[in-house]
Amino acid sequence: MSERTISLDRPRSLKRFFFQWEWLLVLIFLLVNVINSGLSRYYLNFRALIGSTNSFLDMAFLVMPMTFVIILGNIDISVASTVALSAVTMAVGFNAGLPMPLAMLLCLVVATVCGLFNGLILVRFKELSAVIVTLATMIIYRGIAYVILQDQASGHFPQWYNYLAWGNFHHVPFILIVFAVCALAFGLLLHRTSFGRKVFAMGNNLTAARYSGIRTDSVIVWVSALTGLMAGFTALFLTSRMGSTRPNVAQGYELSVIAMVVLGGVSTSGGSGRIGGPILAVFIIGYLNYGLGLVNTTANVLLIIIGSLLILSVLVLNVRLGGRIPRPSSPRAIKPDRGRTPDEK
Amino acid sequence: MRKSLVKMVMVLAITAIAATSLVAQSYAIVFKNTGNPYGEKQMSGFKTGIEEQGFQAILRAPDQPTAEAQIAIIQQLIAQQVASICIVGNDFDALTPVLQQATAAGIKVFSLDSSVNPAARLTHVNQADSVKIGQTLVQAAYDMIGGKGQIAILSATSQASNQNLWISYMKQELQLPKYKNVQLVKVAYGDDLRDKSVSETEGLLKAYPNLKCIIAPTTVGIAAAGKVLTDKGLKGKVFLTGLGLPSEMATYIENGVCPYMFLWNPIDVGYLGSYVATALVKGTIKGAVGDKFAAGRLGNYTITKAPDGGTEVLLGPPFKFDAKNIGDWKTVY
Repeated sequence: MSERTISLDRPRSLKRFFFQWEWLLVLIFLLVNVINSGLSRYYLNFRALIGSTNSFLDMAFLVMPMTFVIILGNIDISVASTVALSAVTMAVGFNAGLPMPLAMLLCLVVATVCGLFNGLILVRFKELSAVIVTLATMIIYRGIAYVILQDQASGHFPQWYNYLAWGNFHHVPFILIVFAVCALAFGLLLHRTSFGRKVFAMGNNLTAARYSGIRTDSVIVWVSALTGLMAGFTALFLTSRMGSTRPNVAQGYELSVIAMVVLGGVSTSGGSGRIGGPILAVFIIGYLNYGLGLVNTTANVLLIIIGSLLILSVLVLNVRLGGRIPRPSSPRAIKPDRGRTPDEK
Repeated sequence: MRKSLVKMVMVLAITAIAATSLVAQSYAIVFKNTGNPYGEKQMSGFKTGIEEQGFQAILRAPDQPTAEAQIAIIQQLIAQQVASICIVGNDFDALTPVLQQATAAGIKVFSLDSSVNPAARLTHVNQADSVKIGQTLVQAAYDMIGGKGQIAILSATSQASNQNLWISYMKQELQLPKYKNVQLVKVAYGDDLRDKSVSETEGLLKAYPNLKCIIAPTTVGIAAAGKVLTDKGLKGKVFLTGLGLPSEMATYIENGVCPYMFLWNPIDVGYLGSYVATALVKGTIKGAVGDKFAAGRLGNYTITKAPDGGTEVLLGPPFKFDAKNIGDWKTVY
């Protein structure tokens, strides 16, 4: 609680409140919606709008643990391969005779083990950077998936499994409900528990965090395992949406996920950010895709627009951080000493 | 003269009114991915056909050849309340739920070129008889290698239903005693991406030094293989045949790497698809065996039974391109 006392040195002001990155994201989100509804008369259709979430929410399960990873100052580019490997094991397990619920459990277990493995390497060989470690496991996991299934597809899941991605609970997509629950859980974990505060402390200054008695290794392993578990969720929902799976699914998901986290205002140098930003970013990119798709924009133009939005937002974010306006951060995340000299910025 | 002028103005006015009132009458085609010249031709044929009937065409293709991306596009098309969706499937089964959703929304769904599950489509527009394509390609390879040696297939994605169908008929043909000295060593998948097709070809050449012929039943794959074989100077040692675009393959047919290959006109496939779309929406056909319809400049067609249990429309037999005629065709498509 002492941390919070320190943070009170900076009084809450209305200006500071509205200068938070999340407000800008809300503004961008509204802008996207206004532009979209201007572009297409089919856009403002509540059922279609809420129904279209199933096309981008499977990836969104990865955005929340990735927020933790990036706040820690790390990065994980193996997530998409973890999705592929766990989806493939589930499909192969099911077709080898496992009952579907057990196959789904297998999917989550395999994904968690993949994450755990990343974490264990990270804490065992500290001299290796997270990019290198996860680059290696990215290739390994995808490779195993190809070895298991070769260039083939596997599926024929039971009918009820479709419900995960296509089902509606009182007109609300089931996947949206699960996502909301997960988002809430991750938000509480990051902003309301000592675990979350340890993550911020480690992202700010790993050495200082270790000296203040935080078991940094265990935090890293937990976050990695959690990332793996959520990759398993993505695999479950993605496979349900597709009805079958193959080793090359989720190609490029890692970069889209990192893009959403960065657009969400999480600093890539670690130590700052909030769960709300990346979640808003998920919906901004999701609806931008959907809206531009409604006016039949070609795929390549879409990529250009999303890339530009990303670079623009990051530019605004960084110029603003370096400028006069105070750094946006949750009161809990603010530490008077970031463990860095000012000229390091 | 005056009368015909009045008539013309009236027709124009009616078309204009029809065009404005029928904004919802738009016909969509979803191809496998962008940057595929074969797909561009197919979509352009579809567009020509739809527009000459006075409707609006929507041409879509995802940036990656995956079913995920096609699902998102189909959802957007459902929200736009298009009259019909013509899908060139990246996966036989994965698109079923979303296509059934489209059908439930009153949209006429059918597949073209690469089929989807019969449960998710009214009919399928096929380029040529799949059995004949399989037989023709194996026969071509047999003739090129002199009836003896190793051959390999370079396909698109492992889920592309047309590819898999052709490959299965190729394997069936290879069972005949005539082919007892021909050995199919591998089916490689280049995913219809140029770089992957190139590296898969290089992989085949490394793994099987005695390889005599590559059959690439995909336009992206055959062009990539043509480039690799030319660059490595393997003309006359490793033969190439398959299905290719004349404009892309002219170099390799003229330099002898690919003695001959086959294809139908992709523009005509798309064009035929546009008339299937409008006939389905008008209700002239229901997609049942025996349904007849007129397809503009291509003439009359009848829906037949497809080998996968659904129904299909066949464009016609595949056309052979060799050194003699490639010069005439390379500027056409």
